[in-house]
Amino acid sequence: MSDEAYLHIDRVTKRFGSTVAVDAVDLAIRRGEFFSLLGPSGCGKTTLLRMIAGFEYPDSGDIFVEGQRITDTPPNLRPSNMVFQSYAIFPHLNVFDNIAYGLRKDRLARTELNRRVKDALAMIKLEGFGARRADELSGGQRQRVALARALVRRPKVLLLDEPLGALDKRLREAMQIELRQLQKSVGITFVFVTHDQEEALSMSDRIAVMSGGKVLQVASPRELYEAPNCREVADFIGEINFFDGTIIGRDGELAEIDAPPLGRIKAKADGLVRTKVLVALRPEKIALSEAGVPGTIAAAAYLGERSHYAVTVAGRTIAVAAQNVAKSVVRGHAPGDAVHLSWEPEAVVVLPAEN
Amino acid sequence: MGERIVRFYRRSEAARGLLLLSPTMAIMLAALAAPMVLLALYSFWTQDGYTVNTQATLAQYATSLGRPTYRALFYRSIEISAVVTLITVLLAYPMAYFVAFRVEKTKFVWLILLTIPFWTSYLLRVFAWKLILGYNGVINSGLMSLGLIHQPLEFLLYNPTAVVLTLAHAWAAFAILPIYVSLEKIDRSLLDAAADLGDGPVRRFLRVTLPLSLPGVIGAAVLIFVPTTGDYVTPSLVGGSGGVMIANVIEEQFDKVGNWPLGAALAMASMAAVGVVTFLFVAAMRAASARLR
Amino acid sequence: MKNRRGGLLLYAIFYLAFLYVPVAFLPLFSFNKSVFIAFPLSGFTTQWYAQMFDDADMLRALGNSLEVGAITATLSTVLGLLAAKALTRYRVPGATALLGFTSLPLFIPDIVLGISILILLNAVGVPLSLVTVIAGHCLICVPFAITVLMSRFDGFDKSLEEASLDLGEGGWMTFWRVTFPLALPGIVSSLLLTFIVSFDEFLIAYFLAGNEATLPIYIWGQLRFPEKLPAVLALGALILVASAVLVVIAEWVRSHGFKDRHRMIGA
Repeated sequence: MSDEAYLHIDRVTKRFGSTVAVDAVDLAIRRGEFFSLLGPSGCGKTTLLRMIAGFEYPDSGDIFVEGQRITDTPPNLRPSNMVFQSYAIFPHLNVFDNIAYGLRKDRLARTELNRRVKDALAMIKLEGFGARRADELSGGQRQRVALARALVRRPKVLLLDEPLGALDKRLREAMQIELRQLQKSVGITFVFVTHDQEEALSMSDRIAVMSGGKVLQVASPRELYEAPNCREVADFIGEINFFDGTIIGRDGELAEIDAPPLGRIKAKADGLVRTKVLVALRPEKIALSEAGVPGTIAAAAYLGERSHYAVTVAGRTIAVAAQNVAKSVVRGHAPGDAVHLSWEPEAVVVLPAEN
Repeated sequence: MGERIVRFYRRSEAARGLLLLSPTMAIMLAALAAPMVLLALYSFWTQDGYTVNTQATLAQYATSLGRPTYRALFYRSIEISAVVTLITVLLAYPMAYFVAFRVEKTKFVWLILLTIPFWTSYLLRVFAWKLILGYNGVINSGLMSLGLIHQPLEFLLYNPTAVVLTLAHAWAAFAILPIYVSLEKIDRSLLDAAADLGDGPVRRFLRVTLPLSLPGVIGAAVLIFVPTTGDYVTPSLVGGSGGVMIANVIEEQFDKVGNWPLGAALAMASMAAVGVVTFLFVAAMRAASARLR
Repeated sequence: MKNRRGGLLLYAIFYLAFLYVPVAFLPLFSFNKSVFIAFPLSGFTTQWYAQMFDDADMLRALGNSLEVGAITATLSTVLGLLAAKALTRYRVPGATALLGFTSLPLFIPDIVLGISILILLNAVGVPLSLVTVIAGHCLICVPFAITVLMSRFDGFDKSLEEASLDLGEGGWMTFWRVTFPLALPGIVSSLLLTFIVSFDEFLIAYFLAGNEATLPIYIWGQLRFPEKLPAVLALGALILVASAVLVVIAEWVRSHGFKDRHRMIGA
């Protein structure tokens, strides 16, 4: 993947009436990347996607694909194709005609058209389904037909609008893997919209977390998870504990922070101007050990592969998660037991405090 | 410049939508708005032989509302329509209820059967009643041939009752659909909840079904009341001199008498009267339904 | 419960009888040998039907009505299609007001509509003819067309047209390849229903027709002549049956087309 922007969204803004749906969003998506737009409903991700597709036009800003300005181009002339949330499979056409739909106007030779559609069917593992009608397909099958229909046109960018939302959990997870593999094998740039953070984390090369029309952070899944840049991103992705803290000194590379009820802790806090900070610590980064901050287990939930503990420390409840490495219940980890909490200083995330 | 227009058009969903809408709106403006404006204008003018004197005057309204015969016609038209509306809606409600609540698989069949009369020729339906109620008509000849009467009944035709009966029959189909739609929309689980909370069938009907179907009932009432006040065919065929309605004198102004301004004023006045009555009715129903809680 | 069900069913049957029996006398007496519409019946005959086809005036009026009906149906459906598409697929400012405006003709008595258009035509100097009748009929038919077509448009997924655009087809081809086939049941239904409304419409045609009569105007004229009555009944019976058949077809098409709705959304 080259670093230059293959799909450049240049300070795009869109308003609906008095609401700002997309607020000066600037994104540089790389060629061949699996890029996700992640956020809660109403954050503007779908509006942004539709502007890339051409169904909405920005009020200001521009969109470029491979250097070419497509901001005003009508949707049928854009180098992108979309997989709709409802799949939008044409009910009056069968699977073959659905997939071939966008190829008709190119006036390909019949043999060429047939070959491309057959290849597409093979790619989505629905060989022989050509004659089936839309109402004879299951949800997962429709989704794949929608995918094939878009990919057979060989677009420069494939846009996916929450395509897995309507599927049940198991099918969804299977499709996530399939989609990722598919994207790698065809090498097309994918822009994927979802509100499910697990989905985004598992499939993407990079994720843009959006809220209220703005992009909060653009980073790889690991970076987003381990190094969120603000409270909202930290809170949105996975579970996390927050503590108010004050920087009281420095110890070499690390800062010394007073963060009750954890007490005095050391963590990396570069680039923070104010002394008031927000300390964040993920539950799985905290260990129940022999030494550390003392506390009492208030509740324990057994989740099979791991256990969640609610530990009371000086009146505050802290979430702790631990892998169930041993088969039997660990002694001293039942509700009521006294434990000590410890963690690695690198695991601590220090964010700017919010007012 | 041209490119800017194209870009504005592409960007503006409203512009494209309005452009699509424009032929229809243009026709509606030409065929509805413009004529109504002219109608209003004419009602303030006077007719001098073959020419129209465009000096604004309230003379036509003075005649329409002042002349006792016309005033009586206004009352009678509204009265007849009110009675027709009442009868039609009352009779239609149980029918609509039946199809909404008592029928499962054959709903479509019932609805089709109820819809067909709605679409058949109004003229023929009124004419059928003329045949039925006439001096030598179906009822009279039937009763006579059965020996039940020896002289034809004269009171059947050419009076307001005949008009009411005919209109009630002709408009019966109109009442069903709005009431049916609002009954059908009622969430059945609401009735289950009411039963669960202790209400018997009658109380359930009065406290849940009836209030929720009221918008449909009001809709049906307005749908019937407004057009029947201006009905022409029925009073012409079965009303005789006793059942004349306002539409008959309006038509006269455009046909025999040739006093278009007066006709326009009569039309405007009747629309105003109907509008007021309808508004009062709907307001009263809203107040009543609020009190039903 | 059974009792009430029985009672309501009985009521429903009587209600249907009340709707249909008065109208049934028309076909009944159209087969009656006598010129008088009275009991007792005089015997079966089809002479009135045969006589109908000799009446040149009637045939011409029938032709006029068919012509006016067909043109009105086509025009109203096209206008309704444009309006329905605009109102369901675009965010148009003032959509509710515009929709209300197009439904106004349903709430204004026909006589007022008739005379006001007459006044306009007179003021502008347009002579009365079948064309003016078509204009008047379009006015009352467009609201029906819009209602039928809007419900059809609401019934199928907006994304389908967007998908077609996304796959490379322009606006016009998207209409032909996607919108039209899917809206077809609504279009057919609208054509049939507006045709029936126009074909049966009397009052507005009465005001706006010139020298050429439509069938209802012809029938109206015949009602003064008692000896012509059975022939009118024969004509009326045929019209009733034809209208009923068209309505059944229109409603069947409309609801049959709706089955697609459940297949289109979701798995």
